[in-house]
Amino acid sequence: MSESNPNSAYKRKEPGIVPVSTRLKNLPWWALFLLFLGVLLVYAIINRENYRDAFEFIAPGLQVTLTASVIAFAIALVVGLIMGMGRISSNPITYNIATFYVEVVRGIPMIVIIIYVAFVLVPLVVQGANGLGNLILETNWLSFLKGFGTTMSTLDITQIDPLVRAIAGLAFGYGAYEAEVFRAGIQSIERGQMEAARSLGMNYFQAMRHVILPQAIRVILPPLGNDLIAMLKDSSLISVLAVRDLTQLGKLNRSRTFRTFETWNTVTYLYLSMTLLGSMGVKILEKRLQSGEAITTSINNVFRQLRQSLTRKQVID
Amino acid sequence: MSEKIIEIRNVSKSFKHVQALSDISLDVNRGEVVFIFGPSGGGKSTLLRCINRLETVDEGEIIVDGIRVTDAKPDLDSLRAEVGMVFQLFNLFPHITVLNNITLAQELIRKRDRAEACEIAMNLLKRVGLPEKADAFPDQLSGGQKQRVAIARALAMNPKIMLFDEPTSALDAEMIREVLDVMMVLAQEGMTMVVVSHEMGFAKAASDRMIFLAEGKLIEQGPTDEIYAHPKEARTKAFFDQILY
Repeated sequence: MSESNPNSAYKRKEPGIVPVSTRLKNLPWWALFLLFLGVLLVYAIINRENYRDAFEFIAPGLQVTLTASVIAFAIALVVGLIMGMGRISSNPITYNIATFYVEVVRGIPMIVIIIYVAFVLVPLVVQGANGLGNLILETNWLSFLKGFGTTMSTLDITQIDPLVRAIAGLAFGYGAYEAEVFRAGIQSIERGQMEAARSLGMNYFQAMRHVILPQAIRVILPPLGNDLIAMLKDSSLISVLAVRDLTQLGKLNRSRTFRTFETWNTVTYLYLSMTLLGSMGVKILEKRLQSGEAITTSINNVFRQLRQSLTRKQVID
Repeated sequence: MSEKIIEIRNVSKSFKHVQALSDISLDVNRGEVVFIFGPSGGGKSTLLRCINRLETVDEGEIIVDGIRVTDAKPDLDSLRAEVGMVFQLFNLFPHITVLNNITLAQELIRKRDRAEACEIAMNLLKRVGLPEKADAFPDQLSGGQKQRVAIARALAMNPKIMLFDEPTSALDAEMIREVLDVMMVLAQEGMTMVVVSHEMGFAKAASDRMIFLAEGKLIEQGPTDEIYAHPKEARTKAFFDQILY
């Protein structure tokens, strides 16, 4: 037990007792080696023309990768929460819609989902919007919506940025996985909690919001963190839509310079930096949210900010 | 005086292959303390849970304070706010403090402001003898303390009826007393109570009427003294023989 944890208080009291060989054995060698590689690469980027050129060409992709992942994940969380609640709904319509979505999407490779959403679903939505716009324009008594109708009917598929389609694809794909995470989290809370909340007069949504979800979030935070990191990695798939993310810029750089080693070393390094920092961040967040009160407070904050932004928008309108 | 607040008419319910309740009829008057007892699996808890519709019935009707609970869509939320329930496993909300356990529904349902809700909660905590635990989390309390908080939480809604579903069954022997004491005071204050329990001592001291339920059937009911001293039915006698030492 003490051997597996060289930093325990017991060990620190009498450091002389620990043999040097044990301490060496317990060092996180893998992390040191990784750090060494990182330092080597930073050194190369600063001092080697080829690496610097590759880095400068590829680095702007960081922003695209991060933007796409974070926005897509935020949308996936909302989709996941709604679909996850649908999966445990006693209403057969809601249940079947949610289950259909989850089972279908989880059975398709992510790259196919991204291509399908970008080239099939998004164009379908645009066509639908065109139809709706034309309908509004042709209907006399809807003339007060003329501006909206014109915008809708002239919407063109080429106006939809590939990045938007990429985000839609990622969010659509990950929504199904998050739905299962939320479902499992909600179901892990014992039935008596819902019964107690309902017996106090709360309706289903009040009980969810104030009693079930704050407890479920503590359970699902680790899997959610994992999924965020997985999303960061899977965002490389959007390069098939020619979105200029890290991977796409890597491909472009290689065909521009024919420097294969420099290109893919740099791309790999940038991905690893993000994912490793990301998992550290998730761990810190988990620790901070360990106490139930902290979760309740942060959920309340989110809802307050949502309410504020909604009311502010209404004032502007 | 003897105005009916709960009316149960010919209620039947079955789970898959088990007949949980068969043709139960029963009234509870305002201010009455009714004690339901009987062997495990006899349908006591199920009957209690039907009263605030945590379970639905297959047949029959239940009317609570004028609301037909057995309708397809009864006004459930207002019904449940009038009917407090105390569970065997307490079901306190573990992620918030004792104080917030008691204020949450007050603020959400009764629309009381924070200060008022806190004041009511603190008064109730004093009543159940736990004012110093306001800022503790449920996990830091003993079973008896948890159950007393759960009673305070239900009382904060000013219910007209309190349902107790085996409130002491999950408690260590030395904690049963403190919970029963709180319930006893409540009974003396005139609260309408329906208590499912095995605590015969409490029944004798506090209840007006005893109801014996076995195998989903209402075997016998009557004033506490009568049932306790002279049960008429053989099944009731047999049960008493089993439990009284």
